[in-house]
Amino acid sequence: MPVSDVFSEMEALRREMERRFSDAWPVHGRAPRVAFLPGRGARQYPLVNVSEDEQNVYVEALAPGVDPNSLDLSVMEGGLTIKGEKLGLAQVSAEAYHRNERAAGRFVRTVELPLAVDAGKVSADYRNGLLLVTLPKAESARRRQVPITVR
Amino acid sequence: MTEKTVPSTQENRIPGRREETREHERYITPPVDIFETKDGLTVVADLPGVEQKGLDVRVADGILTLQGRTAHVAPGTPVDREYELLHFYRQFELPDEVDAEKIAAELKHGVLTLRLPKKEKAKPRKIEVSVS
Repeated sequence: MPVSDVFSEMEALRREMERRFSDAWPVHGRAPRVAFLPGRGARQYPLVNVSEDEQNVYVEALAPGVDPNSLDLSVMEGGLTIKGEKLGLAQVSAEAYHRNERAAGRFVRTVELPLAVDAGKVSADYRNGLLLVTLPKAESARRRQVPITVR
Repeated sequence: MTEKTVPSTQENRIPGRREETREHERYITPPVDIFETKDGLTVVADLPGVEQKGLDVRVADGILTLQGRTAHVAPGTPVDREYELLHFYRQFELPDEVDAEKIAAELKHGVLTLRLPKKEKAKPRKIEVSVS
């Protein structure tokens, strides 16, 4: 078999495997992203979902086990910075572990905001391991109805 | 303590458990820490978005089942989504010396801590030796 055939065969196999894997996750064509472990299995921590309505932009972060007192939020130039620390388990010796999958540590992440917000009125709520930051839209960024005069 | 990835066959016979629905829903395996203490085992699991009423911890036939249902709706219309908040499910086979009657659970900031004490007879006992 010529060399080029081997490569095209491998390419076909790779494509077939990709197709099979994407079939396994029909909703978004990829595995659900659930990495919420700082420093492990996650390039960035915490993962965030950004949503908006007429008045506000919402940033929700997936951050279980974070010490609420360590959370530090700041808004600057279209970015929201989330700082905090996920608490580790105190006083557990390495040989006592059967499983150690959760990671802990400090984290910092800056999330880009889709539009200008009123930094003075930002509020945050940490509940059940989810941090919800509510950022009211700046007056200039709100949708405004333009009246039309018909002559 | 070994993990069971396949639910035990016993599950099918427990009424009220909708085993077939698990096939259609997608579940996340939560990350856990399991470590031994002087009195038994401690299991710590990350279950973000699970409230107390959505949490189901049960022991049947030496199998510990953790099930967390997330009932959370983010406000507004999504702009950028990095994660999906699915339900959580994981099973573990418990060692015989765990006292299933005395398991204590605590849920705080989306982290579940389970304390599984050993049975009295499984604890090491110091025997006093009297010298006569």
